[in-house]
Amino acid sequence: MSTYHRIVPNTWWLQRRPYILFMIRELTSVFVAGYCIFLLVLVYKLTQGADVYGNFMAAMKSPISVVLHLITLVFVLYHTITWFNLTPKILVVYRGEERIPQGLVAGTFYVGWLVISAIVAWLVLGV
Amino acid sequence: MAKSNEPIWWSLFSAGGMVAAMIFPILIIITGILVPFGLAGGDDSLNFQRIHKAISQNNSVKLILFIVISLPLFHWAHRFRFTLVDVGLKSMSTLISILCYGGAIAGTIVSAVIFWNI
Repeated sequence: MSTYHRIVPNTWWLQRRPYILFMIRELTSVFVAGYCIFLLVLVYKLTQGADVYGNFMAAMKSPISVVLHLITLVFVLYHTITWFNLTPKILVVYRGEERIPQGLVAGTFYVGWLVISAIVAWLVLGV
Repeated sequence: MAKSNEPIWWSLFSAGGMVAAMIFPILIIITGILVPFGLAGGDDSLNFQRIHKAISQNNSVKLILFIVISLPLFHWAHRFRFTLVDVGLKSMSTLISILCYGGAIAGTIVSAVIFWNI
């Protein structure tokens, strides 16, 4: 006797809006990895001296770089928002017997995000 | 029940997801908008001397940047692995796992070597 497997088409995720949003959320990881590689290249260029680094910084001002960054930003922001909204469902925090509401946990992440962003900007830009 | 590696990959996935969620948007705004449009405090803020000095002379900066680059790679590996399986590549799931986690490990090693030698 063999187990019954229902045939699921590979395009199942196109059939409903929540499935499409799920797939977009999963694909944000590709942009996350892409930006990791960008950062890696940036630090590598830094090891190659001032001229090489300067050329890379100049390339970052090209329209293609700006467009790629903007597309990446949209997907990474989608990652951030879905991540902060999802994590409180998994991270169950109690104060005494009371479970801290999910909205409060998510809110803490959003506030932390703003504070960390400000600190990173201050450290990187030195302003 | 067979012992599973899942908790390790899942921990790296969630740690990397948190790092990317918290830090990547502002970094992308800096490298993708502020720098190109000259809003990054003139040419001084990201110049070679300042950035090179800040990283090469400070081991804690190296460690933080190493973590910021390597953990999100594991976030990608874990998510992308299951995405490929979900769109019908279940028969290749072992190969997919090796390529995804292997890629993240390779990126981590490259990152470690770069920061070690800077």
